[in-house]
Amino acid sequence: MAAGDDLKLLGAWPSPFVVRVKLALSFKGLSFENVEEDLGNKSELLVSSNPVHKKVPVLLHNGKPICESMVIVQYIDEAFTGTGPSLLSSDPHERAIARFWAAYVDDKLVTSWVQSFRGKTEEDKSEGTKQMFAALQTLEGALRECSKGEGYFGGESVGLVDVSLGGLLSWLNATEEMSGTKIFDPVKTPLLAAWAERFSELDGAKLALPDKDRMVEFIQKRQAQAAAAAAASQK
Amino acid sequence: MASEKSSSDLTLLDFWVSPFGQRVRIALAEKSLPYEYVEEDLLAGKSDRLLQSNPAHKKIPVLLHGGKPVNESLIIVQYLDEAFPDTPSLLPADPYARAQARFWADYVDKKVYDCGSRLWKFKGEPQAQAKAEMLEILKTLETELGDKEFFGGEHGFGFVDAAFAPFTPWFMSYEKYGEFKVAEVAPKIAAWAERVGKRESVAKSLYSPDKVYDFIGVLKQKYGIE
Repeated sequence: MAAGDDLKLLGAWPSPFVVRVKLALSFKGLSFENVEEDLGNKSELLVSSNPVHKKVPVLLHNGKPICESMVIVQYIDEAFTGTGPSLLSSDPHERAIARFWAAYVDDKLVTSWVQSFRGKTEEDKSEGTKQMFAALQTLEGALRECSKGEGYFGGESVGLVDVSLGGLLSWLNATEEMSGTKIFDPVKTPLLAAWAERFSELDGAKLALPDKDRMVEFIQKRQAQAAAAAAASQK
Repeated sequence: MASEKSSSDLTLLDFWVSPFGQRVRIALAEKSLPYEYVEEDLLAGKSDRLLQSNPAHKKIPVLLHGGKPVNESLIIVQYLDEAFPDTPSLLPADPYARAQARFWADYVDKKVYDCGSRLWKFKGEPQAQAKAEMLEILKTLETELGDKEFFGGEHGFGFVDAAFAPFTPWFMSYEKYGEFKVAEVAPKIAAWAERVGKRESVAKSLYSPDKVYDFIGVLKQKYGIE
């Protein structure tokens, strides 16, 4: 990293979107200052750096803010081309495919999975779960296509899609443990199941991914809070 | 012109009034790239070629380059920049400026079409909510545009301009359903809309506000919305 390159990440450890940025920084071998935000009491720096969405993650590079996880990840790849591996191929068509699947993770997988635990009715939730597994099936096909027999969406090494999906791993693993249902099912989606294990073993991933038990504890606490709030509002 | 590829190398599967398809048409025009335009009659059903080219979303626009599909309008625009590097680019060269452009194009993507749809789909409280959001969106974009001629700033007409320009003919419909005037809420955006509407690549890609308004009427009828 060039002298005078100051990287600061405004984040919250459970957020899969923050984890994506940490993964990208990790894989590129970039050091940064991690600032943990209290999302219930957002800092002045966060609000002024992301006035439009007021959300984490925000990456500050020499004080200049970049917002939206996948915008940040691509920025990291482009601003630090000399450092560490590239997260995107140099071939325009492969780059377009990678961007497509990275966006698919957000549009289809994240949306449906959020619905599966935040849906207003049991019907909503189970529809979310159904769509989540449909999205995973599609991603299984995507992995087969993109990996070309290697271990990652990026091929031999991790790329944009690995980072996009990898950010969700701790949440998905925690959900698996809590529900008792396999999300990366080795029978239904064998390539994805193998990918999840392989990815988690990477040094870069170990640095960035939140601990699963800590994640489970966090989700349980959140669910308890939500239940208490719902009960209180019904009294 | 750099490219000597025949026009049959690039095919665009599209739908005439789609703002997302129009982004690609604008980009192709900015780059003077010849292509075959294929109208998908979405109200009648989707062609096999469309379903095979975009099985994940089954949506237009789809760009076929030498038969290989590229999907999602903003991804297609970036692809055109990268596959045809000798043509005028829509994204700037500087990584930070590129990140800003991607952020704002993403903002337009997340907000404008969805909010606009709720303006004409609903009445009463949900419509009022949509109106409040649309005003917020326009004011936010107004602040970002500021006194620049284009969202692309020093770069000139760029990625965000191409992303947002196709929505300008929809302003009249938003105004009618939402009962507001863009020129009052966001005068700089209104001026930009006029400016950008005169640009050749945009003018030849967009349809008139009246045609868009009529199309919304057709959609409402089809979905049984009063």
